[in-house]
Amino acid sequence: MSVLPYLCAGWLFLIGCYGLATSRNLIHAVGCLAVCQSATYVLLLAVGYRHGGTAPVFSDIAPGSRPVVDPVVQALTLTDIVIGATVTALLLSLVIQIAKRHRTVDPDELSELRG
Amino acid sequence: MTVARMLPLIVATPLFGAAVLVGAGRRLPRAAAEVLGLLFAAGTAALALAASAALPSSTARPVEWVGGWRPHGGASVGIVLVGDRTGLGLATLVSLLVPAALAYAWRYFDEPPRRHAASFPALVLLFQAGMCGFALTGDLFNAFVFFELMGVVAYALTGYRVEEARAVQGGLVFGVVNSLGGYTTLLGIGLLYARTGELGLAQIGRALDARPGGPDALVIAAFVLVATGLLVKAAAVPFHFWLADAHAVAPTPVCMLLSGVMVELGVYGTARVYWTVFAGPGGIPAPDAHRALLALGALTAVLGAVMCWQQRHLKRLLAYSTVAHTGLFLIGLAVLTPEGIGGVALYVLAHAGVKAALFACVGVLLDRFGSVDEHELHGKGRELPWVAGMFGIGGLALAGLPPFGTALGKAVTEEAAGGWATALFVAVSAVTGGAVLRAGARVFLGLGSRPPGSPEETTGEGEEPETRRLLARIPDSMLLVPTVLLACALAVGLVPGLRTAVGGAADAFTDHAGYLAAVLDGRTTEPAPTPAPHWTTPGVVWGLLATVLAGVLALLAVQRPVRGEPVRWTVPLRRLHSGHVGDYVAWFLAGVTLLAALLV
Repeated sequence: MSVLPYLCAGWLFLIGCYGLATSRNLIHAVGCLAVCQSATYVLLLAVGYRHGGTAPVFSDIAPGSRPVVDPVVQALTLTDIVIGATVTALLLSLVIQIAKRHRTVDPDELSELRG
Repeated sequence: MTVARMLPLIVATPLFGAAVLVGAGRRLPRAAAEVLGLLFAAGTAALALAASAALPSSTARPVEWVGGWRPHGGASVGIVLVGDRTGLGLATLVSLLVPAALAYAWRYFDEPPRRHAASFPALVLLFQAGMCGFALTGDLFNAFVFFELMGVVAYALTGYRVEEARAVQGGLVFGVVNSLGGYTTLLGIGLLYARTGELGLAQIGRALDARPGGPDALVIAAFVLVATGLLVKAAAVPFHFWLADAHAVAPTPVCMLLSGVMVELGVYGTARVYWTVFAGPGGIPAPDAHRALLALGALTAVLGAVMCWQQRHLKRLLAYSTVAHTGLFLIGLAVLTPEGIGGVALYVLAHAGVKAALFACVGVLLDRFGSVDEHELHGKGRELPWVAGMFGIGGLALAGLPPFGTALGKAVTEEAAGGWATALFVAVSAVTGGAVLRAGARVFLGLGSRPPGSPEETTGEGEEPETRRLLARIPDSMLLVPTVLLACALAVGLVPGLRTAVGGAADAFTDHAGYLAAVLDGRTTEPAPTPAPHWTTPGVVWGLLATVLAGVLALLAVQRPVRGEPVRWTVPLRRLHSGHVGDYVAWFLAGVTLLAALLV
């Protein structure tokens, strides 16, 4: 099993964090958060991969006849995607409200909460 | 009905209530929606109390495999709930505080969003379900799901007043930082699954124990990642930045829940994951875990106390006091003994009551005067003697006045930690309690001179009241709730039965092998009993000393003229709390690195 998917997951998480830390636009920041989250999808799917495996659907293959990838992590990833959709939708709606109230989506110009 | 059978109901009842309220909310008048919400929340509290009372002993661990999906040959894909006394106790605490917050909110939001009166109680019920589920689950991935559920609902509740500029900003920062923490937790869960092929806490623990000989890089990385998300929720330094921003803008009933129980659930999660998964021979060695938790705890306590003292925005002041107390809880966990856990458990119970009562008092000020600024409110609180009394008593209890439960918890924890920790506990409680007393003396007694304003900080002036107009008369419910909460905090220190129960619960909580045997084999083993937490003379003396110190600090502070400029050495510290989401993410990454460095 190649180490590449794991490196890719780490890279996605870090580059997402970099984007968040340097973001000049809150919509972009919420997008970067979604990039961080896609690191978790890649990691989970990489964990469940089996060499030469196929989809774990036993309608046309006999159980045990050939390796299949781990369905548990796919279920986890699906749950994760649902959570991600909720979080992204909620945060984007907050950004819309910020744009309406502050007339900006640049985090550098939001300075009401400090100290 | 056995206790095990009641566990899923404790999670399902508030979820069902939220669904009913969302479905029928548009057709319900406001009063009906709120009564319904209160009924579901109180019903859950009754269930949790009944389950706690029906536990055969304080070391029992009823296990429920939901839907009968029990493990077969050691492997399982079922959802497991474990109702040991600690988990059930926390679910009970959550379920008691939620009706209190709803009752307080009864006359608080005089104007709910048009055409949907049920949205606030429905969100609070969802929040309750997430927190109860997190306290009761025995599965790491389900813990993550409940963690995210309570997180998402908390962001929504924080930004509930969407028409306010600050509220949406605080909600967004809260959401981004906590979601990032949640994703690191999930990365850690993925690594643990890769190593063990399991998701249950007990199953992972047993699989790790099968390969003793200390942790390798993967296990350490998994612990760091899982703990990071939980410590973000617990607002440990340097993951704490979101907390003050969220508390400053959230509606007061939500602050009561955030500070009272949600932050403490982060501490609970860290302890639970450590003791069930990583405490065995294949996990994190005890000295490493001790070092990491102690360092983070001490840093959190000191920074929280310093920032707390600097605040004039009353909600931010209370928020930083929560940060400081979280630090003390982490120091208690770092002892890694039943004594430390028992002390922290008592401390958390009493702190929830005191902190929620203090927030309730601030909420009264906000609705009466339209401000939560210590300087702006100077002397205005004279007309509210009952609120003044409760605020003062709350400040004293926070400082550790015996016989409040906070004093008992503090005494037991500092005794378990020993040495220099005692000095730190006394200093931090004195400073946070002193800050509350100082604010109380200015606002309610009008002591000291009226200070000038300072533009470089969040002042808390000109806040929108959360009622339709400024209240002319304070409703009885808003006075009754904090009174009852303070009485409960007092009872934590006085009821002897609670101390023995907490003692047994702490013994069971720290029994790694016993938890694994109970969940996986259905075998009950008795942990080695340790003496239950109790009052000691040094504990009472230190508590009294902290209270006196807090009073002296408060008196000294109000007598000195207030300078317009903040104290010079705290300026860099305050600049760090910039309210900028990018800065907070950078600190988050630094915190992950720090945690890893402490563990290697």
